[in-house]
Amino acid sequence: MSEHTPSIPAEVYFFGTCLIDVFYPDAGISAIELIEREGIKVIFPPQQTCCGQPPYNSGYNDEAIEVAAAQIALFTRPIPVVVPSASCAAMMKHHYPRLLEGHPLHAQALNLANRIYEFSEFLSNTVNITLQDKGPPIKIVLHQSCSARREMQVTTQTMQLLHQLENVEICEPERASECCGFGGTFAIKQPEISAAMGKDKCDAIKKTGVLNLISGDCGCLMHLSGMMAKDNAPIRSEHIASLLWRRTR
Amino acid sequence: MTPTFRQRATDALADKALRSNFRGAMDFLREKRASVFTDERELAELRALGHQIRANVLSRLPSLLEQLEAQCQKNGIQVHWAETPNEACEIIYQIMHRRNAKLAVKGKSMVSEEVGLNHYLETRGIECIESDMGEYIVQLAEETPSHIIMPAIHKSKEQIARLFEEKIDGVGYTNNVDELIGVGRTILRDKFFKADVGISGVNFAVAETGTLCLVENEGNGRMCTTIPPVHIAITGIEKVVEKISDIPPLLSLLTRSATGQRITTYFNMISSPRKKGERDGPEEVHLVLLDNGRSRIYQDTHLQETLRCIRCGACMNHCPVYSRIGGHAYGTVYPGPIGQVVMPQIEGLEKHGEMTEGCSLNGACGEVCPVEIPLADLIRTLRQKKSAAAIPPDNRAGIGSHRKKTEAIAWMFWKWVHRAPAIYLMVTFAISRLRLLMPRSFGAWTRYHSAPKPAPQTLHELMRHRKQATSKEDQL
Repeated sequence: MSEHTPSIPAEVYFFGTCLIDVFYPDAGISAIELIEREGIKVIFPPQQTCCGQPPYNSGYNDEAIEVAAAQIALFTRPIPVVVPSASCAAMMKHHYPRLLEGHPLHAQALNLANRIYEFSEFLSNTVNITLQDKGPPIKIVLHQSCSARREMQVTTQTMQLLHQLENVEICEPERASECCGFGGTFAIKQPEISAAMGKDKCDAIKKTGVLNLISGDCGCLMHLSGMMAKDNAPIRSEHIASLLWRRTR
Repeated sequence: MTPTFRQRATDALADKALRSNFRGAMDFLREKRASVFTDERELAELRALGHQIRANVLSRLPSLLEQLEAQCQKNGIQVHWAETPNEACEIIYQIMHRRNAKLAVKGKSMVSEEVGLNHYLETRGIECIESDMGEYIVQLAEETPSHIIMPAIHKSKEQIARLFEEKIDGVGYTNNVDELIGVGRTILRDKFFKADVGISGVNFAVAETGTLCLVENEGNGRMCTTIPPVHIAITGIEKVVEKISDIPPLLSLLTRSATGQRITTYFNMISSPRKKGERDGPEEVHLVLLDNGRSRIYQDTHLQETLRCIRCGACMNHCPVYSRIGGHAYGTVYPGPIGQVVMPQIEGLEKHGEMTEGCSLNGACGEVCPVEIPLADLIRTLRQKKSAAAIPPDNRAGIGSHRKKTEAIAWMFWKWVHRAPAIYLMVTFAISRLRLLMPRSFGAWTRYHSAPKPAPQTLHELMRHRKQATSKEDQL
């Protein structure tokens, strides 16, 4: 078995998120490979589905509670739960305790909330990972989601990981901290506003001249890459886990 | 039929001049605010203090209001309570009627907009002139404010120049800002001296001393409250603060958050009508305290956080939606994030439930709120109330009024799939296998995006294969 410093857990749970499950499974595998490479065993409960954020943000709390309760019941052992999306991590860390107030699983929700780690935060803070860049020089635009910035507050951790990749140059688009317009069901319910926000974000990214778009949130990526593709813009988008694994393996 | 929020927003998005006016103004205001909050720790401490001061007020709101009333009366300020907008207008009209007043000058007051005061007085033969330059422009254009601090922010100086040329006799076209302000100033100065009544809002009403505080930049507020023989102040009941010592931190938070100013040009503290031997000041000062749903908001400990608001407008300045659609698209007196929270609560979800959808829950508003109102959480809560299945018997709040059968059924299906792993695995497996047969069009999504492409295998599948591979290795 590999050696551990006391603060590094021997095992972690991995909550894959529904978007990664269906659209970006490679990001999920990359994240797991990176964690395992550090000598940490990754447990992927096969009954996991979605964190419940879509109905929660739409005001359908009863539906969200049932699905959240099903997830809470899967991650009961006292080990960290790594989530490769700040938005889903924020749902589980900050919103589960509120959503399940008065529910029989409330104590478990609180317990789980304290064990939730966003993926970059886990690698940077908990594992204190060292990354060796083996890839050719590239420039990337990093899109930090609103959840990463405001709810999980993991932007410095994400930067800390990317700064270790010596051949990767990070470009910041203008108004970087402004929302890209995804917002989950917001993009479906208010498509015009969402698209106006997305277009501004895409334009700002294009203006940097950089062709690689990286984010820790697949919702934003799906929105932005979908708009770019509709426009035939030659931009390649990728989850941060895929980039890190691809360049350090 | 009145257009929906979505329709108005779509129209606003297509208006290039409006888009550029708002984008420029909001970028400017964001930068200004950032330039006066350079010390992150000081900002965090100040916001926490502002939160605490306002939360403390709400924890003892009824007794502070009684104290405010008593102290004001002691100072000679007459206090009136209005439960509804109509009551507030009628109280003000009666004060004016008693004095046979025909002309009122008004300083900036969003509560007077909330109650529709100008219109009420106008139909009763009283002219009410807006004296804040932005409000004056909006009144001249027969529009409504598009921002709570900068009511004419939707207009460029060229648009204002054309408006002045068209509406004011003897004024030619000039887009020189100083000249435009000069025009307004000349007209208004005359009105200040002729007015029978001055009307103003209130930023903070101090219970301890019975002092009405008024924050402004143009001096028109001071003119309105000192020159005419009668001053009528109108405000919401939540604007009370406990002590005079609460004012410095709140004032600093307000001006820095609103316009990026360390202090405004004018800060008025009104504590009484003209006293014996004094040479100026109004003979009568009235304070109209408006409820209009606020005491209902007060009943709910979570929604009560709405009432901490000090109306700085920073939430709209930083809102990516407001920055693009502007204030009028909301179709309400208060626009932007605070409007999305206030309006459905004071006028009901039935009428204003839809506007809660105009938010990506990005949290930029709550991040800058000087009193730390969790606006995104409140918007989410209101969405839940508008779509609730159980409707209470006395339902003035409009709970459940926006519940749509199709949406409810869609979420029910969603729940069935996601609470049962076996069904979820079947559905996601099917999606990955049918990926090439997926429709190319998904309603509104594919109008702006290419159709999303599911991966050939889900993460669940890949993980299953991985596990099988490891267990085989273990067996070998």
